[in-house]
Amino acid sequence: MSSYLIFAYGGVGLCGIGVFGFILHSHLLRRLIAFNLLGSGTFLILVGLSQSGRGQPDYIPQALVLTGIVVAVAATALALVLIRRWAALTKHATLPEDQGPS
Amino acid sequence: MAHFPIAGLIVFPLLGALVSLALSKRWRTVMSFILITALLLNNVSLLFQFYGQGTFNEAMGNWSAPLGIELRVDGLALIFSLMSALVASVCALYACVYLSATQLKLFWPFFWFLWAALNSIWLSSDLFNLYVGLELLSLAAVGLVALSRDATSLAAALRYLFAALLGSIGYLLGVALLYATYGTLSLPELSQHFSLTLSSAVALGFMCIGLLMKTAVFPMHSWLPPAHGGALTPVSALLSALVIKASFYIVLRLWTELSLEIASASAGMLMGILGSAAILWGGWMALNQTHLKLVIAYSTLAQVGYFMLIFPLLSPVDAHASHLAFQGGVLMLLAHALAKAGMFLAAGNLLFCSGQKDLKSLAGLSRYRPLNIFAFGLAGVSIMGLPPSGGFNGKWLLIQSAMLQSQWVWVAVIIMGSLLSAAYIFRVFSYTYREVEGGDSFKQPAAVLEWTALSLSVLSILLGLASMLVLDLLPISAVVAQ
Amino acid sequence: MSFFGLLPLWVLMTSFLAAIVIFMLPEERHGLRSTLNLVAAVVKIGLIILLIRLVAQQETPEVSLEILPGLSLVLRADALAMLFAGLSSILWLCTTLYAIGYLENSPNRSRFFGYFSLCVASTMGISLAGNLFTFLIFYELLTLSTYPLVVHRGTPQSLKAGRTYLAYTLSGGVVLLVGVALFYAFVGDLAFGQTSQMAEFTETSPIASAIIFLLLIGGMAVKAALFPFHGWLPTAMVAPAPVSALLHAVAVVKAGAFGIIRVIYDVFGIELAWQQGYVLPLSLLASFTILYGSWRALQQTDIKKRLAFSTVSQVSYIVLGVTLLGPIGTVGGLVHLLHQGLMKVTLFFCAGNYAETLGIHKIHELNGTGRRMPMTSAAFTLGALGMIGIPPVAGFISKWYLGTGALAAGMDWVIWVLIGSSLLNAAYFLPVLYRIWFLPQQGQWPHEAFTQWRDTAPLLLIPALITAALSVAAGLFAGSDLSPLSWARLIVIREYQP
Repeated sequence: MSSYLIFAYGGVGLCGIGVFGFILHSHLLRRLIAFNLLGSGTFLILVGLSQSGRGQPDYIPQALVLTGIVVAVAATALALVLIRRWAALTKHATLPEDQGPS
Repeated sequence: MAHFPIAGLIVFPLLGALVSLALSKRWRTVMSFILITALLLNNVSLLFQFYGQGTFNEAMGNWSAPLGIELRVDGLALIFSLMSALVASVCALYACVYLSATQLKLFWPFFWFLWAALNSIWLSSDLFNLYVGLELLSLAAVGLVALSRDATSLAAALRYLFAALLGSIGYLLGVALLYATYGTLSLPELSQHFSLTLSSAVALGFMCIGLLMKTAVFPMHSWLPPAHGGALTPVSALLSALVIKASFYIVLRLWTELSLEIASASAGMLMGILGSAAILWGGWMALNQTHLKLVIAYSTLAQVGYFMLIFPLLSPVDAHASHLAFQGGVLMLLAHALAKAGMFLAAGNLLFCSGQKDLKSLAGLSRYRPLNIFAFGLAGVSIMGLPPSGGFNGKWLLIQSAMLQSQWVWVAVIIMGSLLSAAYIFRVFSYTYREVEGGDSFKQPAAVLEWTALSLSVLSILLGLASMLVLDLLPISAVVAQ
Repeated sequence: MSFFGLLPLWVLMTSFLAAIVIFMLPEERHGLRSTLNLVAAVVKIGLIILLIRLVAQQETPEVSLEILPGLSLVLRADALAMLFAGLSSILWLCTTLYAIGYLENSPNRSRFFGYFSLCVASTMGISLAGNLFTFLIFYELLTLSTYPLVVHRGTPQSLKAGRTYLAYTLSGGVVLLVGVALFYAFVGDLAFGQTSQMAEFTETSPIASAIIFLLLIGGMAVKAALFPFHGWLPTAMVAPAPVSALLHAVAVVKAGAFGIIRVIYDVFGIELAWQQGYVLPLSLLASFTILYGSWRALQQTDIKKRLAFSTVSQVSYIVLGVTLLGPIGTVGGLVHLLHQGLMKVTLFFCAGNYAETLGIHKIHELNGTGRRMPMTSAAFTLGALGMIGIPPVAGFISKWYLGTGALAAGMDWVIWVLIGSSLLNAAYFLPVLYRIWFLPQQGQWPHEAFTQWRDTAPLLLIPALITAALSVAAGLFAGSDLSPLSWARLIVIREYQP
């Protein structure tokens, strides 16, 4: 087992935590963090899996992940703006269907 | 300028995004329309280039793949690019009359990013470029949904954002797995080495689930009605007509280029079953809505189901029937884009007249706004799949394909779906015919708003007479099995 | 292409363009709209006459456009097409005149006349369709363009009628769609009249052929109001009188009957259809519908309802005629397509006149109307006598040919159907005529209008008189070269001796 595969397995683990977090939490910020975990996990898988079993380090996945991170940052920023506006408007940090009877 | 006109499809919208962020209110609109004209011309010249030389690739900045970005123009890409140019420019015209100044200020940058993302998706043949395009598209679309800035639309936008992000991650995971197996991300290269192993099946499974979630295929559809129904009218039109098509387009590309119909028949069946469920569920829900825009949003759900019927009808043995199904599906996609955009715009006008969202508030409008009702009706004809319309021709080809392969189930589903759609569209129509006391206090929409709606609806009907122009762009080899 | 080559297209376009322009006109431009409408109708009649002369000289002008791979939209003027197109174009003019008078001072006229013209355009498309696909397109378009007319009044009752109408016609349309799609998938893109390939196909796969026949006829039967698909027709009576005329005489039920003729003669071929045993059940069904419709008509107390069930019965004469093997019966069926149109449109115009002028809707209110409205009542009488089959009105010619055709085909039982239904016709029309002419007026008229006129408003009266005169003329001059009968003979000669 190469060291790269460890990254990949780590990525799978992160993804698992992310999915778990997304299902478990209804707080919008927590959900967003869960998404970021999912994303990071996927990037690790992308880099880790494709490096294993090849002699030379592969530069393409690294370039891709770099792009991916930029996209993820943009998505997170947009989500934060929306969540902030939502919280300011409704005084809630969760979506209506997750608020339960109160 | 070596890469024009193809590069213009990406450069102009990005330029538009920058310009609309930087310039003052008046110049923003002026520049936007100059760029829209440029894009339309660009599309036309690309069409002529395609007529001249057929399918071609172009490496941006002469950096070849894999590090550089390579764009590909083939018949399918061209059809979608023309479709988005047409719908987007009409929606932009509508938006700049319909939206308030503050809304318009936010609208333009999102609109341009949306268009850039769409074009990059139509033209990319690289799985990772497609990912970037998808993300940009989702973010722009979510921004547009939130444009009215009230609590309902924010909730819809957030729900949409989460669904879209989840879909993207699924897609990206699949891409990572494919890259690990094959060491390439270019679709043409991938199709040469591809074979359906366990790891590639898992990869494609992830990608398809992610993409179908973004397309709002049953049962992953619940984000769509509030987002499309609650957004501002020109935004609803853009979302229903174009945005959901992008992720579906990628599924279609994957399926045909990797020849998945040969690899697995049961996958096609599964897609067909999901599609059938979408047709029936979407149609039924549309019939039970009390808000006009929700009727149309659920109708989108049902129409997506028809697109899904392409997959079980792509057959490894019957090349002719496969080709019919492919042509029919493409026509359905195109007709839906035109008709649904026209329908949303017409519905927006009707709601503007009455000032309410309810179907009941439409009473008497067929007398007050006959032209607008006519626009709604024409779009409805195409959505119902009654002749003569693009929707009918698409449906006809799908039915022919199913009959030739003796796949009667899909024939039955298409027929039932048509009856359901006729029921929900005529239901709306009959509300406008009601005569009630005191129902005569309506606001009058600007003429531009009515004519833009009518133009798209008329196009969806004309597509029924000019289908050959579109179908001639599709190469026969696109789906013919080896 | 030359002007004459494109004639079928122009015929379609006269009413289609009229529809578009009318939709664009503002509601209050009544004069312009009426002028435009009438000019279009007259121009159409002129074009149809030109076309009929071409067809009489053995020419078949054709226009086609490929709209899907191997699938064309074809407009072709053959003899049968001109029979239906001629009828519709004459009745379009009369009905437009009538509608202008009928809808005077009522709202939504722009919408009404727009859809009205669109409806006539689709009827022209149906009559000129050169293949099943084209027929299907215009058949569905007809459904779409008549719906707004049926619900025109916007009352809950008419909206309900509209729903019923749609439920029937759209289901019928879907059945037809499946039939046509099967035909194209397994037999091919065939023009009307190319029956030899169908014969080969029937030989190799008789069951599929039977299914296609069943679906095609089933789809048409809904509009032709054959039992048990007739339910929409009496319900749709809530629509304004010109619309009833359109549904019953000019367009809708005729489109169904015409489609049945096309399927039997030009898709399958009458000989093949007989050999396969497809036709006999159809003529039994038509016979039953004739008697059933008459029987139900007898029980109605509402004038328009009685006329509606009478239509159910009379349209089946057409179907019965064309299912009789042999040229004479076919002539009877074809000529009745025209005759029934003329007579029924007269009756509906008159029923509308009674309703508009005196507020009369029920049969028992008709007492003494002969004195108050002599001209209208005379027209009504002519129409009713024609329906019963009394010479010299046109209905007699139809029944004569149907009867002799049945004898020639060796189907003697048809005679009893004809006698039975004629007796029933007499039973439901003669008492009405008796009330009109021989019973005195009872009290006040329910709702009197147009008191400045001796009979009723001229625009309402004149179309009724024209169509009444035409139905008498079609009977009196049946022997002349210009009569519907001669044209029906021409069609049959060409059909049986290719």
